[in-house]
Amino acid sequence: MSDNVSKKNIKLARTLLLVAVAMFGFGYALVPIYDVLCEWKWIERDRPDDIKKVPEVAYKVDLNREITVEFMTTLNESTPMEFHAEKKQLKVHPGEYYTVNFYATNKTDKDMLARAIASFSPAVISSYFEKTECFCFSEQTFKAREAKTLPMRFVINPEIPEQYKTITLSYTFFDNTEKSVKK
Amino acid sequence: MSAVVDEHDHHADDHHDHGPAKGLLRWITTTNHKDIGTMYLVFALAMFFVGGAMAMVIRAELFEPGLQFVDPAFFNSMTTMHALVMVFGAVMPAFVGLANWQIPLMIGAADMALPRMNNMSFWMLVAGVLLLASTLFMEGGAPNGGWTLYPPLVLQPITVGKALPFAVFSVHLLGISSIMGAINIIATIFNMRAPAMKMMDMPLFVWTWLITAFLLIAVMPVFAGAVTMLLTDKFFHTSFFNAAGGGDPVLYQHIFWFFGHPEVYIMILPTFGVASTIIPVFARKPLFGYASMVWATGSIAFLSFIVWAHHMFTVGMPIAGELYFMYATMIIAVPTGVKVFNWTATMWKGAMTFETPMLFSIAFVVLFTMGGFTGLMMSIAPADFQYHDTYFIVAHFHYTLVPASIFILMAAGYFWLPKWTGHMYNEKIGQLHFWLSVISVNILFFPQHFLGLAGMPRRIPDYAIQFADWNMISSIGGFIFGASQLLFLYIVIDTVRGGTGEKVSDEVWEDAGKHGLEWTLPSPVPYHTWTTPPTSAPTEHVLDSH
Repeated sequence: MSDNVSKKNIKLARTLLLVAVAMFGFGYALVPIYDVLCEWKWIERDRPDDIKKVPEVAYKVDLNREITVEFMTTLNESTPMEFHAEKKQLKVHPGEYYTVNFYATNKTDKDMLARAIASFSPAVISSYFEKTECFCFSEQTFKAREAKTLPMRFVINPEIPEQYKTITLSYTFFDNTEKSVKK
Repeated sequence: MSAVVDEHDHHADDHHDHGPAKGLLRWITTTNHKDIGTMYLVFALAMFFVGGAMAMVIRAELFEPGLQFVDPAFFNSMTTMHALVMVFGAVMPAFVGLANWQIPLMIGAADMALPRMNNMSFWMLVAGVLLLASTLFMEGGAPNGGWTLYPPLVLQPITVGKALPFAVFSVHLLGISSIMGAINIIATIFNMRAPAMKMMDMPLFVWTWLITAFLLIAVMPVFAGAVTMLLTDKFFHTSFFNAAGGGDPVLYQHIFWFFGHPEVYIMILPTFGVASTIIPVFARKPLFGYASMVWATGSIAFLSFIVWAHHMFTVGMPIAGELYFMYATMIIAVPTGVKVFNWTATMWKGAMTFETPMLFSIAFVVLFTMGGFTGLMMSIAPADFQYHDTYFIVAHFHYTLVPASIFILMAAGYFWLPKWTGHMYNEKIGQLHFWLSVISVNILFFPQHFLGLAGMPRRIPDYAIQFADWNMISSIGGFIFGASQLLFLYIVIDTVRGGTGEKVSDEVWEDAGKHGLEWTLPSPVPYHTWTTPPTSAPTEHVLDSH
């Protein structure tokens, strides 16, 4: 191999190595890209972080329509809690405010930090489901064996399209004591 | 067609044309592309049998409903490890081995561009696979959450035991090894070609590997990144895929399949290249549509980057996304169809003979097309909800891997072994190996279409009673297929040790010299070749495209 070719080879190899390193970075860049893309309106996806507290505004209550809201409560993996909603479902009118209580108990003898993550089905309605108060907005601290009543106040925006008659709202509690994002 | 083989160069030039070093150290320190190619191929064949043994465990357990031989966690380890070993230990290294042997011979280069890196990438592969295999002996067993390593399943203690970090570091090593191999192949093809050979004169095997190498450089780092995120989620409290920390498990699937879809083409594009090399020789015609083959390969590679979410139709996507990924996926059928058409047209009115490499290649064209059709079925998003995670997908990807990639690797072995060793393989046993393989592979995988359509899920050790008959038939096919591959092992060893005793000519196959530079070299190929580049490129396919 002549020196000339050898130099060309090493130069090309370096360039290609840089491409590989850049692609490793691109893999990580996909994380924020994913978040940005999921903000797009047509991506019908509920982002737990997006469902933020909204100020209570008065809507015109649409008494002609009734939507069934179902509540599901789940514990992630082996989260040592008890968790249930005061009722399994609720018939609501769009524009009217409701409060539903959830009950959660820490079953351990230690303090616990837990986070509830919401999920909607169908996902597309999450933008019409407005919460003025929710235990899912932040992490919840539980003292040993503590039982808490966790209220959630919501309204369904009357602009919700006609075809949605049932909404399922699911909450999953994650035990974050070990790996709290606040740490 | 007038390759000038400088005889002087291959026989008499003693002062630098020395043979291999003596002893075992030769294999550890070698930088010779033929030695490294041989090591890759031998290693891949060994891993083919290791992965195959795991497949036998799977088929034995599924022979009848109920739990017979292994516990469910071990069964899931077997499906996971079978996939990882076959993909990263067998198919990919086998093609790298072929690239090492053939690319310098085909383009008139004395060796690979970066011979020491070549040695390093082989030994890193061995280290990576050993690290992966070591998890089999760990407390809690090998990874058993599926080869795709989806969180949150793969992060749960019950599914990984202590194996996860080992699997992740193994993927890192395998990734670095592949990237180094790919860089080497690109540098070789760009810088080391005989001056007489233009890009559009290159044999298709070289073209397909060039494109594959770019795919490897583009996606292996992304996979390395994804598994690193798994690792930090598990041990360093990051929340890339942890919903409680604001992450999303679906993100992993997007990143994984951004790697995963090009990855499946990394395994099939060199297959196309070998098929395009073998078929013209036995059809005694130039390859039909050389230029369209090159463009089709490039198009398939490009499309592979923009279709990944067709692996995740059921994960929850907007309708627009489902439609986009559905149509984009269907477009892949166009360049692939061009290829199948060209192979068929190459055979059309050719003076065909049916030696073992040709038989395997024809079976590849037919059976790969079937695998392609089931792929097309699953590209239809609404229909995919029925097929998703059933035995239908298992049948689909095994049709595109076993009677496609594996068959073509076998064909390549039969095709080039006589050239490499100077000995002819036993044609009778070769034909027996082919017929046993082609019949049993269909008994093995065809019934899995029925099982999948009837709703049998994949990755389960036990199943409902209505799936019993087809599973038993599939297992029987599996056992025959597995046993038949021992014939291949026998033939390889036999050929290396002298084969039929028949001395093969330099061309080996009738008029093969018209089709590629490697056939103008002596048989067996000397340890050093093309120390002076050939003065012309005799590839007959070029006539067709100019």
